[in-house]
Amino acid sequence: MRYTQEFTKGLIAENPLFVQLLGTCPALAVTTSVNNAIGMGVAFTAVLIASNFVISLIKKVVPNEVRIPAYIVVIATFVTLIEMLMHAYVPALYISLGLFIPLIVVNCIILGRAEAFASKNNIRRSILDALGMGTGYTLALILIAGIREILGGGSIMGLSLFGQNFQPMLVMILPPGAFITMGFLFAGIAIIMRKKKGTN
Amino acid sequence: MSEYFVIIFGSIFISNIVLVQFLGICSFLGVSKDIKSALGMGGAVTFVMALASAISWLVYQYLLVRFHLEFLQTIAFILTIASLVQFVEMFLKKFMPPLYKAMGIYLPLITTNCAILGIAILNITKNFTLMQSVTNGIANALGYTLALVLLSGIRERLELSNIPKAFQGVPIYLITASCMSMAFIGFTGLV
Repeated sequence: MRYTQEFTKGLIAENPLFVQLLGTCPALAVTTSVNNAIGMGVAFTAVLIASNFVISLIKKVVPNEVRIPAYIVVIATFVTLIEMLMHAYVPALYISLGLFIPLIVVNCIILGRAEAFASKNNIRRSILDALGMGTGYTLALILIAGIREILGGGSIMGLSLFGQNFQPMLVMILPPGAFITMGFLFAGIAIIMRKKKGTN
Repeated sequence: MSEYFVIIFGSIFISNIVLVQFLGICSFLGVSKDIKSALGMGGAVTFVMALASAISWLVYQYLLVRFHLEFLQTIAFILTIASLVQFVEMFLKKFMPPLYKAMGIYLPLITTNCAILGIAILNITKNFTLMQSVTNGIANALGYTLALVLLSGIRERLELSNIPKAFQGVPIYLITASCMSMAFIGFTGLV
């Protein structure tokens, strides 16, 4: 597989959220605004790139039997680093993401990429794969957050869109809005997938 | 006593761990096929969550705080939980085979269940005592079981209904969860 393909496959064809159905918890929880989605996406991508890099480096040193605990420690270390950096430099974002920053540790995408990709491929491919998957996940988060913020707050990234008289659908910002947005998005993706299969 | 009531009622209904706090969604969608497996998973989560709340609280207060290593919280907790689940699995296999048969297959799923780590961290952020942490853990696990059993009951009926092709599977479960979540939002402000 060519190097560019390692990057692009994560964007649409193997999108971690929409196609692989991984990492649904943060996708529901932090998508109340586009700002939060970008913050989460960037933190997630940084952890994924760093852990994929290190795991690809140490793949030959780690005995097969203890590889999962070893990977988890690597991932947890980077999550702790990101958590401290965000606490220091973007405190507002740190507070609004809250619990979901330490929970990046148990995000199945990261351990999944470590196990399925970084432990089998060289460093360059692993970093490209992480970058692609991270970007794909971030774009998915922004899409969900965009829909929720426009409908639920009448704004995008804090900019008001529809003027004073707009009555926002408050429920879209509340938890039920997250479930229903994801439900309709997944249904849309199912339609696209079936059409694609039909033409092939 | 009333503070325990607030914790229990609050965790089960007002801020339900799955439907309002969005923890443990993967297993919520994955293991809710029928009521029996939902109860099995709920039992396993309750058991592990109670133990994990107690042990992670002890680890934090007597190891991390004592040696000023609070920043290692995430790493310490995930290792505690992973080894706890492994230990519980071995213990049940050896001493309680019937129980192991009932919840054995769900145990490996629990290590990466964000609900367990999430509650362990929340117990610390909320400054709970040991008793409060365990109460919070058990109450949240009951809330998780409630949501799981409710969804599995609805899923059993969805099997028989005529759903548009695009919505079959996960989309309709998410929309069902949305309606359930709306019902739970109704409890807001009770306590």
